[in-house]
Amino acid sequence: MMTGIEQFLADKGIYYLTFLLLSFGVYGIIACKNYMKKLICMNIMQVAAIVFFLSLGQKKGATIPVLIEGLTNADSYINPLTHALMLTAIVVSLGTTGVGLALLTRIREKFGSVEEDDIIRRQNKL
Amino acid sequence: MIQHYPALVVILPLCGAALSLALTKIHLHLGRNVIFLSMALSFYMSIMQLRNVVINGPMEYRFGGYAIPYSIEFRIDTVNGLVVAMVALMGLITAFYCISGEIRSEKLKVGGAYAVVALFVAGMLGNASSADAFNMYVFLEITALAAYCLIALGGNRGMVAAFRYMLVGTIAGTFYLLGVGILYSATGTLNMQDMSIIIQQGGKDEAVLVALCLMIAGLGIKSALFPFHGWQPSAHTHEERGSAALIAGVMVKIPVYMLFRFVYCVFGTNFKYMQQILIVLGIFVGIGMMYGSIRAIGQTNMKKLLAYSSITQTSYFMLGIVIGSPVALAGSLLHFIGDAFIKGGLFYCAGAIKYKFGTVNIDNFGRIYKKMPVTSALIVAGALSMIGIPPTVGFFSKWYIAMGAIQTGKYIFVILLIISSLLNAIYFFKIIEKIFMSKDKGLEDVRPVKKGELPWSMLVPMSVCIVVIFLLGFLNVKIINMVLPLLKGVGM
Repeated sequence: MMTGIEQFLADKGIYYLTFLLLSFGVYGIIACKNYMKKLICMNIMQVAAIVFFLSLGQKKGATIPVLIEGLTNADSYINPLTHALMLTAIVVSLGTTGVGLALLTRIREKFGSVEEDDIIRRQNKL
Repeated sequence: MIQHYPALVVILPLCGAALSLALTKIHLHLGRNVIFLSMALSFYMSIMQLRNVVINGPMEYRFGGYAIPYSIEFRIDTVNGLVVAMVALMGLITAFYCISGEIRSEKLKVGGAYAVVALFVAGMLGNASSADAFNMYVFLEITALAAYCLIALGGNRGMVAAFRYMLVGTIAGTFYLLGVGILYSATGTLNMQDMSIIIQQGGKDEAVLVALCLMIAGLGIKSALFPFHGWQPSAHTHEERGSAALIAGVMVKIPVYMLFRFVYCVFGTNFKYMQQILIVLGIFVGIGMMYGSIRAIGQTNMKKLLAYSSITQTSYFMLGIVIGSPVALAGSLLHFIGDAFIKGGLFYCAGAIKYKFGTVNIDNFGRIYKKMPVTSALIVAGALSMIGIPPTVGFFSKWYIAMGAIQTGKYIFVILLIISSLLNAIYFFKIIEKIFMSKDKGLEDVRPVKKGELPWSMLVPMSVCIVVIFLLGFLNVKIINMVLPLLKGVGM
């Protein structure tokens, strides 16, 4: 028999956690002054969305979605679709990070820094 | 063959983008020419598929031939057939326009830049054709990634603007993705038609309301709708000259089209919280129409002026969605198609003036019409259309939107639309006055060797824009009649 808190954690806990992760990411993007840190926070935010999708696919007592002899019931397998979708989303996030790092390298070359204050100061001088 | 056109329209520029870099290694212009060819074919196919849709009804293309909820589907009806044709034409003429910006000494840069443009166009075409919520996310991100690169090509400030836009754009993409996730968990499907059937059975209104809010936030950021517009002016000011027209003219419109799809085709007018959503959007739109125009009046940098004016235009398309009657939606769509050529054309002009004289400050534009007749003609055509003077497309689209507002009794929007148009008149007449009447500042031609106004590769896209602005104005009844049957089914 589950207590109230266990029930809550089992039902909704993961959603609260992913929401927390998402909020950390967005907060970091807004609050950090360093562009590299902003990029890392962006990644954290994307991971939150990925975890959210993956938790949608989970089932209690189910196994990986590979056909096993004797197991013909769909309830015995976790939902593979969300995993497939997130594979695409991970590729997108990889691409975004790649472009971001390339931009940061160029910004660092031109402005000599990845701190927002320095960049704004240099921009006004240029 | 024609049943494969919906897929081919998207795949051709995508292949062009993939091949461009490798082919450029063989010969400087081979990659570029392949991209031109792929885009031209894509444009031809988009026209043929639009014709087919008008005659035979919507086209469905299922990848892999699976049954509906399992396969990714491209679905072309009259509304997105028009959008696809618009994107394909803008992509083609922008690729032509980019010829003048080539750095011929460096092969890879030429090939790479065209590859990014083709990728950008392919992303937008896919976004407009797709009928699958997650597939749309992927195309949205392809478009966005290409856009970051194109903005970053615009020099030092462009790079910083691109990085900032990347952060904001990724937040937007993630919000949209979360919205899709919630919709998927509530309906168990990603196909939009299937989704709409399940949502309209009701019972999950609260969960899908959260999804809709996330989507409005995400797509609002991508399209620079009023409270989410912060990234837009700096990105549009610093982006690379050739691609500015595509980014400002087409990219920010695609999310509005997606929002239309979700609000009317997926959620439908019977959705429990529809009125509340439309009221909130209506407030955003009302403030946005005023804010964009007022900020634009103070600008002297032409690109920045156009960027603020874009916020107003986005509000006009959204206005059609907020009003929701079929006529207003049709007017919104007409404005949507027309504005791609107006805003795109005006960005071509800003780029052309920058190319010839190295300035975009409108105070320096004194009597520029003598030196640049075609550019001035396009600025005048675009400005008249933006303000809404017949026979340009802007007049008819605003007319239909206002008519929809009157039919549904939302008179406040008619008043706001007229005030906003008058504000448009202030800053566009300021530009026209500078071009035709101000004192000649004696601008120096930065490329004095070349004869004539501009290279032909710039004149052709600009002439196409002028023609289309008037052509859409003359054909407005045809276009409205074409999309009205579909919109009557989804509108209020």
